[in-house]
Formats: sequence, C-alpha cells, structure tokens
Amino acid sequence: MIELSDVHKSFGKNEVLKGITASVQKGEVVCIIGPSGSGKSTILRCINGLESYDRGAISVEGLKVDRDAPSIVNIRTQVSMVFQRFNLFPHRTVLENVVEGPLFVKKEPRAQVLERGRALLAQVGLAEKADAHPPQLSGGQQQRVAIARALAMQPKAILFDEPTSALDPELVGDVLGVMRKLADDGMTMVVVTHEMGFARDVADRVLFIDGGVIVEQGPAKALLNQPQHPRTQDFLRRVLHPL
Amino acid sequence: MKGFWHDAVEFFPILMNGVALTIVVTIGSLLLSTVLGLIWAMMRVSGIKALSMLSASLINVIRGIPIIVLLFYLYFVMPDLGVTLSALQAAILGLGIAYSAYQAENFRAGIEAIDKGQIEAAQSIGMGWWLTMRRVVLPQAVRIVLPPYGNVMIMMLKDSSQASTITVAELALQGKLIASSTFKNTSVFTLVALMYLTMSIPLILLVRHFEKRAGKK
Repeated sequence: MIELSDVHKSFGKNEVLKGITASVQKGEVVCIIGPSGSGKSTILRCINGLESYDRGAISVEGLKVDRDAPSIVNIRTQVSMVFQRFNLFPHRTVLENVVEGPLFVKKEPRAQVLERGRALLAQVGLAEKADAHPPQLSGGQQQRVAIARALAMQPKAILFDEPTSALDPELVGDVLGVMRKLADDGMTMVVVTHEMGFARDVADRVLFIDGGVIVEQGPAKALLNQPQHPRTQDFLRRVLHPL
Repeated sequence: MKGFWHDAVEFFPILMNGVALTIVVTIGSLLLSTVLGLIWAMMRVSGIKALSMLSASLINVIRGIPIIVLLFYLYFVMPDLGVTLSALQAAILGLGIAYSAYQAENFRAGIEAIDKGQIEAAQSIGMGWWLTMRRVVLPQAVRIVLPPYGNVMIMMLKDSSQASTITVAELALQGKLIASSTFKNTSVFTLVALMYLTMSIPLILLVRHFEKRAGKK
C-alpha cells in the first residue's frame, strides 16, 4: 500500500536518507526504530509530503507522492499523521479539532461528522472532554485527541512520529493502549518509536534505520530478540539496558 | 481660568466639527491600512518569491517616505497626472498607504510567530495554503497582533492631524484657524490637546485589555 524505492533526501550537505527501499502492506503495523538523527522521522514526513525527497520514488496506493502536485491533498486525506508534539489547534475545542478535516477539507455533512467525532472521542476515552480546549488537557490526553483527529479522516493508514516521546512516563501507557487497539482492528500503521515493548508486542515488522539506510528489517519478535547486524545489537543493548 | 471656560464653551462646537473629520480620517485610513497591510503580509508569507519580494520592496518604499510628503504627492501631484482627489480622499489614502507598511510588518510577525507544527498539522489533514491560513494561522495570529494593532490605532488618531497640511479641516486645523483669528492660543490648543487625549483614552484602555487577554495564554 505504501511503497518507497531508493529514496534519497538531503538537508543541505547533510544526506539524511541514503536510499530507502521499503513497503507497507494493507493492515500491517511497521515500527521504525533507530538512533536519533538516523532519518526515521524524515521517512514518515516524506510519505505524506511534509518533506520533499530528492531521488527515488514514493507511492501510496499506486499514487505518486509529490508535495507540489495537487494530488498531495488526496494522499494526505488517506494517510493521517500523529505528531510527537501533538500539534492540536489550541484555539479550537477538542471536538472541533477532531472534525476540522472532515468538515473543511472533505466537506462531509456536519451532523454526521459531529456524531463520528464524538464516537471517536469515546473510543480514545475522552468523550467528556469534547468541549475542552487542548491546553487544558494532559499530554497523554492531547495525544489521544490527535489520534482521534487522525482517525476522523477515515484514513487508510496512519503515520505515528514518536507519539509518546513528549509524554510523561505514566501517560505513555494510555496512548500505546489506544494504538494497540487500532492495530488489533486492522489499521495500517507506520510507527517511529523508542518503545521497544510496543514494537515487539504490536508490530508485524520492524525496520532498524541508522545513518540514513535500513540496516536490518524483519518480523518484530525475531529482529528485537535476535538481532543479526552488530549495529542493531549495539543499539538494542543500549536502549534496553541503558545502565 | 475663567477665561478658559468661557473660550471653551465658545469654541467647543466648532472644534467638534473638526473632531468629526478626525474620526472619519482615522477610521477610513485604519480600514484601508488594515486591508493593504493584510495583503502585503499575505504576499510576504505566500512562499512565492516574486510576490514576497514585491511586497518587501513596497513596504520599504512606503516606510522610507514621510507621511506628509505622501500626502502632498497625492493631493498636489496626482492632479497633474490626471487624478484629482478631494482633500479628504487624499488624506485617507495617504495615511492608509503609509500605515499599511507598519500593519504589514505587524501582521507578518504575528503569522510567523505561529508554531510550524500547527501548519504541518493543517497540511497533514489535507488543508491547502488558504485553508491553513483561514482556519489555523490567522485565528491564532490575531491574538498576538491585537495589542500592537491597538497602538497603531492610537498613532493613527494622532497622525490624522497631518491631514491638516492638505486642508482637511480636522481637529488640529480647526484649532489653528480659531487660534489665528482670535489669538487665544492657550485656550484653543489646550482644548485641542484635551480633545485628542479624550479620544485616545478609550483606545489606550482597549490596548490594555488586548494585552491582558494575550497574556493569559
């Protein structure tokens, strides 16, 4: 469903992606792990056209991703994104955040969208916060609203960019719980994360990225329990046993 | 002091005619400068190089010309070019154009203060440039922009007195006319100053209100 082939991307002289080839099947949960600065987030941001790429090809459901083409709107309405820092709209209520895209981009009927929005808020456990403003919520609650906002677009896939990295440790579980439920329901997900437990239990496949290339990839449990490449082994050792 | 009150009662009605024109000039040029300033600011942040450079140079040209020269140009030079404006039209146009540069810089600062993550979130749900501006950026920028906007309103109220140089009989010119025909300079100009102050005070309070509201979050 999402195809990347030999994708290159530089920021100035700094080449962050050096030929990424990967694919994500429908219904699959793929976690991308790796050290910071390895290009993980850039991959996600290239998939929905928040960044351009220099060389190679990316397509979503056969549609080429080109951030300067009008078709990018089509791709973005099919592939939602959840950000590390939530990026909720602070001047709108929680419910308004959730229905913004369906109402103003997809122009769906209001009553129907509002009903769906409330149902989604209930699904992420925040039905009673519908009329609150985002700054009044905890980080974990904000991130769950952001997930509801992504779901409201009725996307075919959701990209998660380190969704729990900005959260207090005790709030991480709620967000991961919501994501696990999505995965169980068959949502196609690409998750950049440092939560190895989540990757092991929920992901179908894990990509280990370092220095702009995919160093190793494979089924989640196999890769995380018996990494083959020395760099993967070293990275996992340091993440899992930091002391 | 007794003389002042006597003069005040006598001159007040004439000066009120000036006040009316002062208000017309201020509101007219405020609206014009707001619209133009928004256009310049939008061009500036459009991401289209030609538009943003055009806007930047326009702003610099406008900023580099004194208001009074701009007024003279519109009122005395434009007729030579076949465009005749009434003094009032020239005043509103001149002040509006002059202040549009400051408005534009103010609006641009407000727009650019919005977190980039907001724009990315808008894009990620498929919003285009205009929808992102209208639904996400501008509503948040307004809060940031309002306090300096209030200050511009006060400055425009006072600078509307420059319209007197092209014969608009607003408050300052009315005062000058009375003073030069009665020689009661002290009474007249004290009265004029008090009337400007009276008009400024509500605006000053408004700015304070904006600042408090912007500071809340």
